[in-house]
Amino acid sequence: MALLDVGHLTMHYTTKMGDVHAVDDVSFEIDAGEAIGLVGESGCGKTSVAMSLMKLLPDNARILGGKIVFDGLDLVPLPEDEVRKIRWKGISMVFQAAMNSLNPVYRVGDQIIEAIQQHLPLSIEEARAKVAKLYTLVGMDPKLMDRYPHEYSGGMKQRAVIAMALACDPKMIIADEPTTALDVIVQDRILHRIDEIRKELNMAMMYISHDIAVIAEVSDVIGVMYAGRLVELADTVTIFKRPVHPYTIALMSAFPSIKGEKRPLVHLPGEPPDLLNPPQGCRFHPRCRYATAVCQEQVPQYRELEPGHYVACWNPQRKGGVDARA
Amino acid sequence: MPGRELLGVEGLTKYFPVKKRLFLSRARSFIHAVDDVTFTVHEGEIFGLVGESGCGKTTTGKLLVKLYEPTCGSIHLDGQDVIQIRRGARLREFRRRVQMIFQDPYESLNPRMTIFDIVAEPLAVQGVRSLVEREERVADMLSKVGLTPPETFMFRYPHELSGGQRQRVAIARAMVLGPEFVVADEPTSMLDVSIRAGVMKLLLELREVLNVSYLYITHDLAVARYMCDRLAVMYLGKVVEVGPTEEVIQEPLHPYTRALIAAVPVPDPTYRREPVEIKGDISAPIDPPSYCRFLPRCPIGDVTCESSPHPSLKEVRAGHFVACHRL
Repeated sequence: MALLDVGHLTMHYTTKMGDVHAVDDVSFEIDAGEAIGLVGESGCGKTSVAMSLMKLLPDNARILGGKIVFDGLDLVPLPEDEVRKIRWKGISMVFQAAMNSLNPVYRVGDQIIEAIQQHLPLSIEEARAKVAKLYTLVGMDPKLMDRYPHEYSGGMKQRAVIAMALACDPKMIIADEPTTALDVIVQDRILHRIDEIRKELNMAMMYISHDIAVIAEVSDVIGVMYAGRLVELADTVTIFKRPVHPYTIALMSAFPSIKGEKRPLVHLPGEPPDLLNPPQGCRFHPRCRYATAVCQEQVPQYRELEPGHYVACWNPQRKGGVDARA
Repeated sequence: MPGRELLGVEGLTKYFPVKKRLFLSRARSFIHAVDDVTFTVHEGEIFGLVGESGCGKTTTGKLLVKLYEPTCGSIHLDGQDVIQIRRGARLREFRRRVQMIFQDPYESLNPRMTIFDIVAEPLAVQGVRSLVEREERVADMLSKVGLTPPETFMFRYPHELSGGQRQRVAIARAMVLGPEFVVADEPTSMLDVSIRAGVMKLLLELREVLNVSYLYITHDLAVARYMCDRLAVMYLGKVVEVGPTEEVIQEPLHPYTRALIAAVPVPDPTYRREPVEIKGDISAPIDPPSYCRFLPRCPIGDVTCESSPHPSLKEVRAGHFVACHRL
């Protein structure tokens, strides 16, 4: 059985202007120790999926349907005090721009101790010992725990926040763009460290990023999101070498690389849709070069094209690879 | 492809004072943001400036458009000394010839001005009195940057536009005076992948159509590979390597460039990157030592590097310069 089984998850935000269809009918599974990458552009619903899994949603958000079964327990109907037992110990999260979320007037170590004591019955001394271990794990000198956030560099803050997420030995960690604000050399170190820790602790991970190159490095399986929907999901090599959804193909074709043949970049005309009024049928059809009449009317079903390769498209492209046509 | 030399920068240096004590009137410490930087940009060329945050690439760009005055060094545009230009007609003439595109299209456009006002403002400043002419030129520029039909955009406000469209407006504003040289500071780093490729292609197209040269500032080497003819890699205010883009990226010579390139993730899960060989963390260039700036992090540095001054750029291959004692 999968560690996390998300089925037909639908989550909308209610606003004065109407409902924002942020997550619509999203289904995927994660096994213990597996890493899934969630990729897509800003506003496609990646972070909303993560926040739904953690049930850390603002008041105007409503989960309209679907299930989030973690370790055999469906989180959707669960009351807040029950969810709190799973949060951090079961699933924990490294938030986007987390390095700015440290409180500047408290020592970094104390902030992690506070998080630990919220969830585990440990004394201060035991918690300090735990933080020292976590610092070593993320590759920092434990002495740094008595310093303040302003004495940390960006990379160190990010490591501290990762240490905090690991504090209660979670079975799964959600990392939301944890390296986006960092320079490449620091990013490289953090990515390596995350990968090593994950394998060492046999922890499942959901890694969220807009950067397909970063996703390629950390994921076993990749899910591509567009306008609130999961449009394609497969193992990492398949997504890169044989993508079938026109949006995945477009994303690959628009992404520059420093290695390999320098093929012309193909840009995708148009803009992602407004999720207050998403287009009828397939949400990608206004920008899709392969769209047919059916795409404008009916939502394509998310189905298994071949074992382990899921797609929601009426006209999946089997030629694969990147699109060279400008 | 290299035409005549358009922009020549020599020994360009900018120090910023660091106040250590509140009531000490004279600063004793300086950040060496840009330190003795020399390069040339040819007509029609896109010259890339890459490096990590804090390496001095944006400061260099701002010096070139006279948003900062250099501490020392010279900048020549078409043989004319740029630093001597102070005010009045000569400065206005300089602004017509040299423009800048900023990183964040959400901050660089005045939210209270319409798109027409934003793009027409440089024309008004430059003395284009006739409203009809301004309208024509703005409309023409908007279609050139792909905001078509221009009438549908002219009287809208920035908040009604997407990020990609806003950046196109910022590009139109920079290009409307027909500049010869444009400093583009991370013009695509705020944009999503599918939108970014379109703006990159637009900048390449405009180079051909308007015969403009760029200084293209970016931290993203993959973007630089697609945009730039030549690249300069900066580290703590110094240029450590300059050469043709593909050569610098595929066969980097300076140990810093090698680490930087090895650290860039590749969108191909079957590709194995080389190990990133670099020690420690980046520091701020406050009163840096006289020896090589990269030495504390260098995997190949030795005692001679410590006893020698910061290395100057040496030509190791035709057109490919490296600042390293060990090469």
